[in-house]
Amino acid sequence: MAILTIRDALNQALREELIRDENVFIMGEEVAEYDGAYKVTRGLWKEFGDKRVVDSPITELGFAGLGVGAAMAGLRPVIEFMTWNFSILASDQIINNAAKMLYMSGGQFKVPIVFRGPNGSAYQVSSQHSQALEAFYGNFPGLKVLMPSTAADAKGLLKSAIRDDNPVVFMEQERMYGLKGEVPEGDDFTIPLGVADVKREGKDCTIVARSMTVPLALQAAERIQEEFDVSCEVIDPRTIKPLDIDTIVDSIKKTNRLVIAEESHEFASVGAEITYQVMDHAFDYLDAPIKRISTAETPMPYAKNLEELALPSVDKIVAAVRQVSYL
Amino acid sequence: MAEKFLMPKLSPTMEEGQIARWVKNEGEVYEAGETLAEVDTDKATMEMTALHGGTLLKILKGAGETALLGETIAITGEKGEDISALLSEAGSAASGRKNGDSQRPAEPTQKEQASPTPAAKSTPAEGAASGSSNGRGRLIVSPIAARMAAENSIDLRTVTGSGPNGRIIKRDIEDALSGKVPSAKPETQFSFTPSTQVGAAGYRDETTSQIRRVIATRLAESIGPVPTFYLTVEIEMDSALALRKQVNASISEDQKISVNDIIVKAAAMALSRHPFVNASYQDKHIRFYDQADIGVAVAIDEGLITPVVRGANRKGFVEISGEIKSLAAKARAKKLQPGEYTGATFSISNLGMFGIKEFTAIINPPEAGILAIGGAEPTAVVRNGEVVVRNIMHVTMSCDHRVVDGATGAKFLQTFKQMLEQPGMMSA
Repeated sequence: MAILTIRDALNQALREELIRDENVFIMGEEVAEYDGAYKVTRGLWKEFGDKRVVDSPITELGFAGLGVGAAMAGLRPVIEFMTWNFSILASDQIINNAAKMLYMSGGQFKVPIVFRGPNGSAYQVSSQHSQALEAFYGNFPGLKVLMPSTAADAKGLLKSAIRDDNPVVFMEQERMYGLKGEVPEGDDFTIPLGVADVKREGKDCTIVARSMTVPLALQAAERIQEEFDVSCEVIDPRTIKPLDIDTIVDSIKKTNRLVIAEESHEFASVGAEITYQVMDHAFDYLDAPIKRISTAETPMPYAKNLEELALPSVDKIVAAVRQVSYL
Repeated sequence: MAEKFLMPKLSPTMEEGQIARWVKNEGEVYEAGETLAEVDTDKATMEMTALHGGTLLKILKGAGETALLGETIAITGEKGEDISALLSEAGSAASGRKNGDSQRPAEPTQKEQASPTPAAKSTPAEGAASGSSNGRGRLIVSPIAARMAAENSIDLRTVTGSGPNGRIIKRDIEDALSGKVPSAKPETQFSFTPSTQVGAAGYRDETTSQIRRVIATRLAESIGPVPTFYLTVEIEMDSALALRKQVNASISEDQKISVNDIIVKAAAMALSRHPFVNASYQDKHIRFYDQADIGVAVAIDEGLITPVVRGANRKGFVEISGEIKSLAAKARAKKLQPGEYTGATFSISNLGMFGIKEFTAIINPPEAGILAIGGAEPTAVVRNGEVVVRNIMHVTMSCDHRVVDGATGAKFLQTFKQMLEQPGMMSA
């Protein structure tokens, strides 16, 4: 297997799908001549040309709407937002058009579109550019929401997203673009949507993490193993919606404890939803109240020390695991 | 369908009831709400009323007879029903108890049929399932612990909860199943009722179990009237010293607290989590105090006296410190009132200031234990593979083995140590 960064794994996925299906095209700010703000689309414009890789003006609502129209007309657009923070401008197209078109047209128009870009915090980009919006988009019927945490997942899930006939919100993480991991060879490597992955097996405590909190949870699990001889199972749902609650519930039946680590704010978060579903499906298996680590209830501070304090951390996850494990 | 009629819980603390008289006779038909019998409980004579109508087929406990909570006292149903199976069941349950294999009341397995008031309807079985009131405060049980207890027929009131607020968690049920915790232990979930008025500790008496009596007799035969054993622990006092410094930095000179004040608070907080240590062996029953009244040994000319800090678990450092100062002054002036030096639930003797490193103290009966506190001395210890200097204090607890077992005392000391090493725990 090749060792790739998440950035290059995404690039491979895009390239392979551009080759595989001539209806696939990429559009967004700086995606073509500049190779993408984070170089995810590097080399694609040179290889595939103006019609397949399109630089848009700085008009999120406009090019997201163009994408929805193109998808209705039979193309498979991949719309890049420079960050998901900017998608807020385009959210009417995503929520009111992309998500609802199939339903409101009585099944006449499917919208096979992928919206992708980095989500969550970066390095000191402050309040308006550090938001994790998965709970926001996850709230609307009609959207699938994906959040890969490894290079393999990034590639496999993006290929599946492009091939899916429904609008997909594909959320990457700027801090993770350089993370390396093994990626299976071959054009046909895909990962089915809606299937969680056990990133680390354990028997004493379940940690559900996604995106940036997955590597944090894995480090926390190692530390807890060393210091307390308690083994944590780390589950990455990968697809936030539809959520693979079964894998989480099966794990809790074994461990009886759950810690959720997430980068979004805590109020009405995906963690809150998981907590409810676990309560619904596995109440009788819990030995402790579920504990959740989220980003602090504050606009993201610019100051580096405060940013670190606001975000989830290995220490916070370790403390939560100790709490639910009565250590 | 014929059913066993079980002795209902007619008062919150009732363990058994004596039939004062049956109002209905065998063969009589009754309606819901009618009084079937009058029962003497520990509190009063209560009317036992029917929750639904039926016929009193057979009285098993006549007037003057006593039945444990949940024991079958009658068979009810419809006229002419065959009750032989129920009778033999009730009979064998009674003989089983006579063999002395359990002092606990049989768990009522059937729906309770009678109750003096709807409020007193809650049964232990309901308590097990939902953590509802059992008359001594809520039982807090994690869902899986509740389920495991139900599957293994464990009475949750016999399990010590090791989680926060005494929550019974999976580990506690596993311990109970593996026999680590004597199953005869009464409920130890323990919460202090907040109160602004702090008088002498209230208490509840629980009938001494057979196993507890045998332990007590045999150990007492071996060593004097109070069979004492000793547990010693080393405690790193650096955090407590830092805490003291921090507190003292922000209060006036005459309010300054001592390490001993922190130790008193830590012991009181630990006692609130370990009811068996905040208890007293009283032969027929074990008395559990519902607050920690700490006797603090003070040296006076004639010898020694232990003024009592009432409800120390509910008091702050400064308040504890102030009380100890004023009590000690009174003690030295021989002006202590009897109420100020009697009735502690636990004691502390600190000889650290005399340069004593480690010693054992004599229990002040009927308390279950006393802590002997040595001085905290800078000591070379190994932390994370490196030799560093820490202030180490030796503490020895004398335990009355009739009520405190080795593991019980050890767990208490563990909590006590944790309170001092992580003083934040005292406010948790």
